[in-house]
Amino acid sequence: MERSEALSGSEAEAFAALGDWTRLLLVVRLAAAGEDGELCSIEELSVYVRQQGVRLTRQAVTKHLRGLERGRLVRGERHGRERLYELDPEGIGAMQAYLEMVSRHWEKALGRLKEFVEGSE
Amino acid sequence: MEIKVEKQVEIMAPVAKVWDALTDHEKFGTWFRVRLEGPFVAGEVSQGHITWPGYEHIRWVATVKEIVPEKLFSFTWHPYAVDPAVDYSQEEPTLVEFRLEPTASGTRVTVTESGFEKVPEARRAEAFRMNDGGWTQQVKNIEEYVLGTK
Repeated sequence: MERSEALSGSEAEAFAALGDWTRLLLVVRLAAAGEDGELCSIEELSVYVRQQGVRLTRQAVTKHLRGLERGRLVRGERHGRERLYELDPEGIGAMQAYLEMVSRHWEKALGRLKEFVEGSE
Repeated sequence: MEIKVEKQVEIMAPVAKVWDALTDHEKFGTWFRVRLEGPFVAGEVSQGHITWPGYEHIRWVATVKEIVPEKLFSFTWHPYAVDPAVDYSQEEPTLVEFRLEPTASGTRVTVTESGFEKVPEARRAEAFRMNDGGWTQQVKNIEEYVLGTK
């Protein structure tokens, strides 16, 4: 599922970065590696994405990784000749905290709606 | 792929009564804690003030999208637009949808807020500062949220 680049420059947003199935797969793979304290090479990530049925070149995977880096969801660092990737905890945390806050807000609001309706029998 | 939040509640009352509490602007204001200036009209902007103690200075601004009696009520807004110094109108809004369904014992209300992939990073950074959870758990939660909406 290729899609035109939704990201531009330093203003790239973490949510936009995740608004693509391939990028989500990359994050899921990096999350699993992170639990084992490992980083992933572009090659490993390309193999994983293909295993999930997404046909992409290594170059396209690299482009997605750059998008994720700009959205601060992923960070890459050079190890010898290779660039290795891991999740960027700060970007991931910001997004999650935001969704949790929204989620709690609606839970409370619906609770008040319920009380309001049931209390006015 | 959209990033959204969805919550449900079951209310022990007929759909008509829940619909009234949801779309009558004064009743909506009571439980949502906002004083609205007028009734909800599809396609029009709804304005008012938050009545939550400590947040009375914050304006409520939403654009009503759809009013389908006893089924769907939706509007767009800027979530957590709590800084009077920021012009949120330049940002992409999110869409809030309330859907009602009759059940054996009453009414199921599902609220969905979608379009978070467009919310600016600075807005989320505010939330991050309040959060002290471990990031491994956070990633798991994201998988649930995002994969759950696929």
